Parts: sequence; structure tokens; C-alpha cells
Amino acid sequence: MDAALRADLIQVAYLVAAFCFILGLRWLSSPRTARKGNLVAAVGMAIALVATVADASVETYVWIALAAVVGGAVGAIVARRVQMTAMPQLVALLNGLGGGAAALIALAEYHRESASHAGESLPPVLAVGVMFSAIVGSISFSGSIVAFAKLQELLPGRPITWPGQKALNAIGAAVALGLAIYASFDIADPLLWVAVAIALVLGTAAVLPIGGADMPVVIAFLNACTGLAAAATGFMLDNTLLIIAGTLVGASGTLLTKLMGDAMNRSLANVLFGAFGGGGAAQATGASGEALPVLEISPSDLAAQLVYARRVSIVPGYGLAVAQAQHPVRELADLLGERGVQVSFAIHPVAGRMPGHMNVLLAEADVPYDQLLEMEEANPEFPQTDVVLVIGANDVVNPAARDDPSSPLHGMPILEVDRAETVIVFKRSMATGFAGIENLLFHDPKTRMLFGDARKSLVHLVQEVQAV
Amino acid sequence: MTEELREGLPFVIQLTVFVLAAWVGIEVISKVPQMLHTPLMSGTNAIHGVVLVGAILVLGAAAGGGFETALGIVAVAFGAANVVGGFVVTDRMLQMFKRRPDPPDGEGR
Repeated sequence: MDAALRADLIQVAYLVAAFCFILGLRWLSSPRTARKGNLVAAVGMAIALVATVADASVETYVWIALAAVVGGAVGAIVARRVQMTAMPQLVALLNGLGGGAAALIALAEYHRESASHAGESLPPVLAVGVMFSAIVGSISFSGSIVAFAKLQELLPGRPITWPGQKALNAIGAAVALGLAIYASFDIADPLLWVAVAIALVLGTAAVLPIGGADMPVVIAFLNACTGLAAAATGFMLDNTLLIIAGTLVGASGTLLTKLMGDAMNRSLANVLFGAFGGGGAAQATGASGEALPVLEISPSDLAAQLVYARRVSIVPGYGLAVAQAQHPVRELADLLGERGVQVSFAIHPVAGRMPGHMNVLLAEADVPYDQLLEMEEANPEFPQTDVVLVIGANDVVNPAARDDPSSPLHGMPILEVDRAETVIVFKRSMATGFAGIENLLFHDPKTRMLFGDARKSLVHLVQEVQAV
Repeated sequence: MTEELREGLPFVIQLTVFVLAAWVGIEVISKVPQMLHTPLMSGTNAIHGVVLVGAILVLGAAAGGGFETALGIVAVAFGAANVVGGFVVTDRMLQMFKRRPDPPDGEGR
């Protein structure tokens, strides 16, 4: 085939792929078409990859085939085997791989240019592309790996802090950027490697101090970073598909980051540099300084209360995922539904460890999605709700966020469960949530605690409901 | 990918593509309901696996078994795992969002 025609056909294939990505994202926005959307995006990717392999500049295929088969197989196996509860970790890990790939491409490209153009400076666009994808890709890589390790509990989920953290991070960022700029004036300069090493440390240092409850913001942010790093490789390699696809992801990640931040009433900067939950938690004490009372309820009493309720709302949190209690909770909801109780689930946007985490978890347990209410729909319903079951959630129902201007949570929109008739809190112990903030809801006269593992409590409760 | 330092597309064109893509991205994604945030994230995760295209270009043009080849191999493997893993896991997730007649078996599918 004529070389010019081939090049044109490749561009057309890229255009089709870009179209598929956009259509896929569009279809992802409705539960009815979402699966088809993912499929269309995958088809677009396949078209793009075939076109790329046909590119005239690709001369050796053996290594490509080998690496792609190994990588693809590992990806497929992990994605098939992983438990649904481990989804946040997997998303973090895949995100890290993309960021790592972008950084490696930048380094390889820089190295290639260095062979023939040592001592010259990079053209500005190429320089910016190389620097951006090398540094942001590296930050995304190491940051995602740390997020993965935290979610997998290889590292503690609580914030890990050290003195001078913010200053050190800022200096690191400045030095990495400075070195990368310097390196772009002399292509053979190994200083870019130093910049990448600093960026790797920086990604690690940025995510270590972030507590578990802030993970949805961080994961969305890292997703945006990888997307933008991919777009930067597009600038570098003159590839419009990479620019388009990377930018789409960057836009989506940025938007999600903002949504998650709004849902916690915190800016991205506050999440990244706030080390939320690092401070000592105050004991819950009354005006007199005594510990506040905590009232308990037994599963059999609760069962009776639920069966005779008209309206029950269930508020799931990360604790539900940890206890793998999504199936018993669905069973409970079904049982109550059969008895004529109106049951709904109220989902806070940042419940769990990634955006939309609870929805996926409950979908796995076959909870129909029309039974799940978003915060704006759920809040007006609470005053007419007889019983609210708070299962493994804490900060997202803390009334201090609404009432106490001195609380670190203040201003965060919450599920106003305290407006309901009765609140039942499923909890392992009286420990504070990930934010480390005392929750006065637990000491409210209308609140009853059901201590123990959420899964066991729910299984027990289901038996009791069947016996009523 | 020539021997010369590439001039390539005019930067303005690249920038135009970037800005328009960002605009389209924001328009399309702002309609996604909270329920689908996780599939959206893992779906976009798979799409940024498009760096695999870049990785293939770099590895394919790398002559011999040198340093670039080594970097390229790792990049291709990372990118491929990102693409395949991303699409597969998103599909698994979205599969659950529809109603199924069979009872759940309690295991991750």
C-alpha cells in the first residue's frame, strides 16, 4: 500500500476510535446503555491498536506481541478474579499502570532523541510533553501504588504524617520541575531521570498522609492525572488519538474529583495537604465532662421494630464493604419488603473508598438500582422514616457537620438520619470513623447501637425477622 | 517518527484538539449519575490505557535490544494490562447493574 494512503487510513481509524470513546462515555451515563458503552469503547480501543500496529514506523513486532500478551493476560486474569469488594484497589492499580506507561514512554522518547541530538535542546512542545508525562505519569504511578497498598491494607489506612510534610512536598515539586526544564535544554542530560525519581517520591509522599475516607477524591484525582499524562504523550508523539482520549479521561477525572470534593465540602488542596484525621479525637463528653451514654438494642427487639415500621432507610458505608455484608443486607431489605415495609437505601456520594463504591457493592448483591436514593432524594424522606439503619457509615451521618462550626467536618453535606424517628447504628465498637471525629449521633437519645461485625449482626437480624 | 527532531503537527492544532476534547469530555460526563461513578472511573481508566498506542509506537520504532526496547516492553505490558483489565472489570461491574433472575452465589464473579 502507498505510504501516504496508509498514513491517512491510520488517521481515519484513530478518528473512528475517538468517536467510539466519546460514544462509549455518553452511553456510560445511563444504567440501561452503560454496558454497551463500555463495549463500544473497547471496540474503539481495538481499532486504535490495530491501526497502530500497522503504522509504518513500527518495525519490530516480537517484543510488542510478547509484552502485550503477558500484560493483557495478567490484566484479564486479575480483573476476572478480583472480589467486588476489592474494586477500589484494582481501580487504583490499573490507574497506576497507565501512569507508569506514560512516564516510561516519555523516558524512552527522551532517550531516543538523546542518541542523535545530544547537546541540543528539545523543541518546546516536545519538551513540555516529555516533562509533563514523565513527571505527572510518575506521580500517578507511585501515588496509585500507595493508594492500592492502603486499600489492600498493606499499609495502614490512617494518615501517615511527618514534620515539614507540606514544605518538603512543595520543594520536591519545584526541584523536579526545575530539573526537567533544565534537562529539556540538553537532550542527553540524565537529570530528567533525577526529576522522575523525585516525582516518584513525591507521589508516594502525597498519598501517604491521606486517610481512608478521603480515598474517593484521591482515586478520582489520580485518574485525572493519568489521563492528562496520556494526553501529554500525545503531544509528544504527535498523536491526536492520545490527546483526545487522554483529555477525555482528564476531564472526567477532574469533574469527579470536584464532585467528590464538593460532597465533603473540601477543596482538592485541603484533601492533598490536610492530612485529615491526623489530629487527636476528643472524647465525647457532656457539659459536665462525663462520658455520654450509649444505648444498645438487641437483634430481636430491632426485628420487631422493623417489621412494624412503615418506612425503613438503610445507610451503607465502608464498614458494609469490609464486613462483606452486602448480601445479608439485601436479604433483610427483601424480607421487609415482602412484609409491606417500604425500604430504600440512602447513598452518600463519598461513602466507601471510591466514587460510587456503595452502588457497585449493592448491585453485586442484586439490589435493584431504583431502590438506591442519592443524598438529595434521601434527605427530605428522613423525617417520615421510622427506622434508619446505619451500617458501617460514620462521618457521612455525623450531625456535627451541619451543627458544629468547630468540627473539622463542618459544612460537609450529610445524610440527615437524625431527623428520622429512630436510628440504629451497626458498629464494631465505639471507635471513631476514619476522620477520627467523635459522632454525637451515637449518643442521641433516639439512637440505638447494635455492636458487632455487620455481617453477623445482619444474618442474626434476618433470622429474627423471619421469626417475628 | 523520523531521524530529525520532529516538527509535527502545529502546536495550535494540537491545542485545539486538546481544548475541544476537554469540552466534550466535561459535557458528556457531567450527565453521569452518582450510581455509575465507579463504572465511569474504571471505564475511563481503561480508556487512558490508550497510552498502549504510544507504547507500541515507541517500542516498535526502537532499534535492537537496547535501553529503549527495555523501557518500551515494560510500557507495553503496563498499557496492555491497563486496557484489558480496565474493560473487563468495567464490564463485570456493569453486568451486575441489570436485574438477573438467578440468585447471587455470594462469590465475586
